Amino acid sequence: MTEERHIFSVLVENRFGVLARIAGLFSGRGFNIDSLNVAETDDPAVSHMTIVTHGDTQIIEQIYKHLNKLIDVIKVTDLTVENHVEREIILIKVYAEPQRRGEILQIMEIFRAHTIDVSPDSLIIEVTGDEGKLKAVVDLLRPYGIQELVRTGKIAIMRGAAKQ
Amino acid sequence: MELSGANILIESLKQEGVEYIFGVNGGAAMPIFDALYEHPDVKLIMMRHEQGASHAADGYARATGKVGVTLATSGPGATNLVTGIATAYMDSIPMVAITGQVFTHLMGNDAFQECDVIGVTRPVCKHSYLIKSGDEVAEVIAEAFHIASTGRPGPVVVDFAKDAQIHESLFRYPEKINIRSYKPKVDGHPRQIAKAVELIHNAERPMIYAGGGVPLANASEELRELAIKTGIPTTVTLMGLGAFPETHPLAMEMPGMHGSCCANYAFTDSDLVIAVGARFDDRVTGDLAKFAPNAKKIHIDIDASCIGKNVPIDVPIVGDAKRVLAEMNKLVHRVDIEPWMRQIDEWKEQYPFEYQQNGDNIMPQYVIEQIYDLYSDAIVVGDVGQHQMWAAQYFKFTEPRQWLNSGGLGTMGFSLPAAIGAQLGCPDKTVVNINGDGSYIMTIQELVPAITMKLPLKIFIINNMYLGMVRQWQELFHQKRYAAVDYHDNPDFALLAEAFGATGIRVERIEDVRPALEKAKGITDGPVVIDFIVDEEENVFPMVPAGAGLGDVIRGLA
Repeated sequence: MTEERHIFSVLVENRFGVLARIAGLFSGRGFNIDSLNVAETDDPAVSHMTIVTHGDTQIIEQIYKHLNKLIDVIKVTDLTVENHVEREIILIKVYAEPQRRGEILQIMEIFRAHTIDVSPDSLIIEVTGDEGKLKAVVDLLRPYGIQELVRTGKIAIMRGAAKQ
Repeated sequence: MELSGANILIESLKQEGVEYIFGVNGGAAMPIFDALYEHPDVKLIMMRHEQGASHAADGYARATGKVGVTLATSGPGATNLVTGIATAYMDSIPMVAITGQVFTHLMGNDAFQECDVIGVTRPVCKHSYLIKSGDEVAEVIAEAFHIASTGRPGPVVVDFAKDAQIHESLFRYPEKINIRSYKPKVDGHPRQIAKAVELIHNAERPMIYAGGGVPLANASEELRELAIKTGIPTTVTLMGLGAFPETHPLAMEMPGMHGSCCANYAFTDSDLVIAVGARFDDRVTGDLAKFAPNAKKIHIDIDASCIGKNVPIDVPIVGDAKRVLAEMNKLVHRVDIEPWMRQIDEWKEQYPFEYQQNGDNIMPQYVIEQIYDLYSDAIVVGDVGQHQMWAAQYFKFTEPRQWLNSGGLGTMGFSLPAAIGAQLGCPDKTVVNINGDGSYIMTIQELVPAITMKLPLKIFIINNMYLGMVRQWQELFHQKRYAAVDYHDNPDFALLAEAFGATGIRVERIEDVRPALEKAKGITDGPVVIDFIVDEEENVFPMVPAGAGLGDVIRGLA
């Protein structure tokens, strides 16, 4: 069976140990986590997790069911099958000697990236977008020399009215 | 009135109808034991090892259907419980395991007897709680019992910091539990049930495959009605034995690795498998590629994640077995499957469980036959190994909760403490413990509380001086290299029983088997241990080797 990437949006009780339960579910059953983002929602009693994972249809179904089975999990949505938007932020520290800085700034302008710190020979760039855009930026900056790269992991949300 | 956290715990347990707590005392749980001291309603059963305590609570739960409660101190007390918690988890047994924890200000400091119990038990329990303040106790206990006993049952761990045990607060027990993230689905979808019924009515070679979920859901009556009303042959797994009477003409007995040829051949030829509260375990299915290749599959289970986990399912029905079967029973009628039934009966007749007498040796199967003959109404608590399979094969179980054993985790040492729990839960029943020499000695210390309480347990050891099941695999698959299985240095279990203070009988000749079993019947003021010295190298057959298909069953050695 072919493997597919899926994005799960998971609402959980904002409680001690919930993240460990979710992580344990994945590691204990040999499921993969490609990225994981956790933060409080508008309601401080509830946290939201965006989990990006991959597997064949049967594995994805098992992940969905096992997430639902955890007592602290309030709601699981497989956003991949829903109309949704996704974003990720990356921070890139790139070599930028004064003579090449202009080229880098041009690339950044095209991608609407921001400079958030400057040192004599490097820049820290912040860029937000979906997977394709982020990959394009990283590919273009790589020849200049990427010193460090940090990403938030994806966050995603369904389009339109909230569906409960 | 303000009560200490420990007293709130006991009052909460009283609210839940708890009669017994199985435990071992220790520093971080002392306030709880103190609150239990001479308590009129909630009785502490003092076990000799925390593993024994957890299995006793488990055995109580399996025999009665109520939630078993076990209690231990922090650190090593808690880690000793882990095997028992994992055992209960694998077999979906409702249990609440309470552990003392060091003072909250010491937590995380590597304090004396500190262990992250929540972390250690996370993968082997249904849910867990850490109580850090006395005012959380009542709500946590109410939720723990609710979670342990509803949906797919399972153990819930409650780790209880010592300062919270001492801290006083107002006791108010919640009247209703509402956990927004936990609402088990109990009613099957009517459309799915209708689809299942249509498949049943159109099948030519249908079979029912029932598992441990049936006795757990108290659905044996509904299962019997389904089988008898439709006339569909039924196999019941090791975990469900007794859910359908093995003496009934429709019974095909246990399936799987050491199951009946009839049940295994039926899977291979069937065109419709109706699974109820069973999880398509590898010991049942053998090679998945060859498992029921021609059958459509209906799967009724309370746990959605169990459905489609190992085998693709055509008609999944998530719900409580009792409710779903009751709905199905309203819609089904008798099916005309005469040629299939002729085939089933032929298999049954051709391939019954059978063994060869070897010289003058006591054959283990003979001992089980005699136990069945004399104790057919007893609750039988089996351990893990060859004796477990022989007991499952040769004892004909007719009632749910009559056969208790650790089928999922396969925990050796389970049965003696579990028998204690079962006997306390069912004081009017005879409780027979069929044990192996290897498994008996793993929790032999629990003979002490059984003697102290004068429990009339019948402890029958099928002693072949080997870790027999492993030896069998070595004989068949490791060129008879008997590595680390020789138990000829076993002590004399009869003498040892006498030293503990129980009645001990050693049986070495065939003609002494029955008289010893008869004598055991008359001993009612405490446990009796019979050490049956049986044929040393008898094997369990039939056998589907690990990884083979169910059709490739070995019926015996030529």
